[in-house]
Amino acid sequence: MRAIGIILAGGNNYRMKELSQRRAVAAMPIAGSYRSIDFALSNMSNSHIQKVAVFTQYNARSLNEHLSSSKWWDFGRKQGGLFVFTPIVTMESSTWYRGTADAIYQNLEFLKNSHEPYVVIASGDAVYKMDYNKVLEYHIEKKADITVVCKEIGAESEVTRFGTLRMNEESRIEEFEEKPIVAKSNTVSCGIYVIRRRQLIELIEKCAEEGRFDFVKDVLIRFKDIKRIYGYKIKDYWRNIASVEDYFATNMDFLKPAIREYFFKEYPSIYSKADDLPPAKYNAGSHVKNSLVSSGSIVNGTVEDSVIFRNTFIGNNCYIKNSIILNDVYIGDNTRIENCIVESGDTIRANSQHIGEGAIKIVIEKNDRYII
Amino acid sequence: MIRKEMIAMLLAGGQGSRLGVLTSKVAKPAVAFGGKYRIIDFPLSNCINSGVDTVGVLTQYQPLRLNTHIGIGIPWDLDRNIGGVTVLPPYEKIENSSWYRGTADAIYQNIDYMDSFNPEYILILSGDHIYKMDYEVMLDFHKQNGAEVTLAAMPVPLEEAKRFGILITDENRKIVDFEEKPENPRSNLASMGIYIFNWKTLKEALLAKADQPGLDFGKHIIPYCHQKEAPLYAYEYNGYWKDVGTLHSYWEANMELIDLVPDFNLYEEYWKIYTRSQIIQPQYLGPDSVVEKSIIGEGTTILGQVYNSVIGCGVTIGEGTVVRDSIIMNETTIGKGCEIYKGILAENVNIEDEVKLGIGDEVENETDPHIYNHGLVTIGEKSVVPKGTVVGKNSVIFGVTTAADYDNGNLASGKTLIKAGGEA
Repeated sequence: MRAIGIILAGGNNYRMKELSQRRAVAAMPIAGSYRSIDFALSNMSNSHIQKVAVFTQYNARSLNEHLSSSKWWDFGRKQGGLFVFTPIVTMESSTWYRGTADAIYQNLEFLKNSHEPYVVIASGDAVYKMDYNKVLEYHIEKKADITVVCKEIGAESEVTRFGTLRMNEESRIEEFEEKPIVAKSNTVSCGIYVIRRRQLIELIEKCAEEGRFDFVKDVLIRFKDIKRIYGYKIKDYWRNIASVEDYFATNMDFLKPAIREYFFKEYPSIYSKADDLPPAKYNAGSHVKNSLVSSGSIVNGTVEDSVIFRNTFIGNNCYIKNSIILNDVYIGDNTRIENCIVESGDTIRANSQHIGEGAIKIVIEKNDRYII
Repeated sequence: MIRKEMIAMLLAGGQGSRLGVLTSKVAKPAVAFGGKYRIIDFPLSNCINSGVDTVGVLTQYQPLRLNTHIGIGIPWDLDRNIGGVTVLPPYEKIENSSWYRGTADAIYQNIDYMDSFNPEYILILSGDHIYKMDYEVMLDFHKQNGAEVTLAAMPVPLEEAKRFGILITDENRKIVDFEEKPENPRSNLASMGIYIFNWKTLKEALLAKADQPGLDFGKHIIPYCHQKEAPLYAYEYNGYWKDVGTLHSYWEANMELIDLVPDFNLYEEYWKIYTRSQIIQPQYLGPDSVVEKSIIGEGTTILGQVYNSVIGCGVTIGEGTVVRDSIIMNETTIGKGCEIYKGILAENVNIEDEVKLGIGDEVENETDPHIYNHGLVTIGEKSVVPKGTVVGKNSVIFGVTTAADYDNGNLASGKTLIKAGGEA
């Protein structure tokens, strides 16, 4: 085993609006049956990284529930395993994670007690498939100190909510700006890094001594002229979900045959916690077109161009269009929903209407649910 | 010391020959049911939901799929430090090595397994029934009555009673007599093949009757206990219970799941049925698809029309295809422009474009009319049906078939097409 993994899953993001009141971004449901962190975890597992730490602090209940057993990603091994680190109170410190570097610093023992020479750092809020070993080989070949995975993005997302970078012809990173006001480049950092374990410990300890807490600002940007920081450009699908628009679009991407083929059929697979729900059921009067439907759902009405998550009930004569219905939602009869994201656990009363006009509307309705 | 109050022994060795080609490569308990499940999931889930965490599964006929499915029992939470699920195939001994020659003989040959848990009670189950039952309630009944043997029994219509083992009881549900498939039944309480024994009583009976050929619970062990005047009780069960022993009853039980509120409800929160599922993706319904009155498993892609059907996981149904009143098992692919009526398609079947199944008149099957009937078309696992083929009713296809195997692209009603060495 050449590397250990770290997944940064701490964050909330104001761009997720009401959706992240309930959970960390890494726990957001994706594509009917997954949660965002499944992609990073499965990539780790498929890259034969056996020891993975997840750092989390913002509303981690949903995430902890999802990670309650490591067997789904095949981490329940005698060597390595899955570790979930939330901030702890000790004699010396009782602070929250004040940034990504600080999160690593507060758990530095995990790095010190490992023997693997490299660390792969990933974030829990992106949808992609990646063999981290390829990045690692590139990292070794370039004799890099840090390798940053990056991607050129088009008009589909706002470049300015990422770290943007510019590389020279050898792929060494020359410019790196975090969330620039005006982006000078459309190559963005994917938040995936490869670094030697001892190098990381050294850099993080240096940061901590100086009271600096952020991995991007205080390590990548600050050290870019004295450390060999390289970019590894990817062309494959990669999408960050941490804004309502991107979250919605990422889910809708799965309605495209090529994307489904890539994530659902091609090797390797993405794993998730099994929910043991019965098959989806379509009663008389259901009309479902160009949509994804997950197990445990019961459909009585019309659904078009939408993603229906697990255990959802859609009543008679409903019309759901271009929407995302999250887990455990109950939608009463004769309801119309268009351009919406319906929060999980919602109960939508019969005969109601929710239509997002101009923008995606987030629907949160906690009504009493009557047993039918 | 290891001690378990009650352990279960699940008989899963039978072939189930009345399911025809569905069981030519797999044991009956491993046959798919209800879209994503296999028949054995029901008794296994009942065990864990009833708090029985030690289950011995007796296998013999074609156990590969069953072994792979059970593994170490993770899906049913039966991966335990002590107990859990153990697969028990027949094994060689210094003398008297043999296959399992009967239901009770299989149990007899595993006395050591049961002894190792020092149980007080043994629960005997069979792996081919669809039902939900709380065995703990049955055990309470067993204890309250001071029974040594309790048989689960359900009331059946009197005219059907002659197909079952019938129990005659007094007002306290104590069994006074029983009859095996009687002409003129004296009661309508049918034994369901679910027994709780005091381990002492069972062990004594097994040892006493060990030399009996074809040692069977219904024929030998229960009568022996009765004769020894051990208290036998009948535990009445009134829920859904279905023996899916024939193709038609198997098809019917699947079809009952798609009723608006089915008798057997898989959607209840507190008695989940667990299964091993490799496929977890959502299903995709295409722009021109129509799906009504159907249940559909994970990862399935439907571009055509599906009515009144039970579709498994990872299935693909092509554009313009119509599927009605059918059961399609995992990973089967159906091409474009097909018509399928009352089909039972096993796993990994490949139906090429423009195939029609279940067309024409009802004609009795030429080889096995008692198996292939009621107008069903049955296709065995990993079979291939070539483009444009038209297949009649009460017919069966098994193996990789090509156009040369058909009469001008037709297989008439009632025909059997089983190709030797059917594996691709």
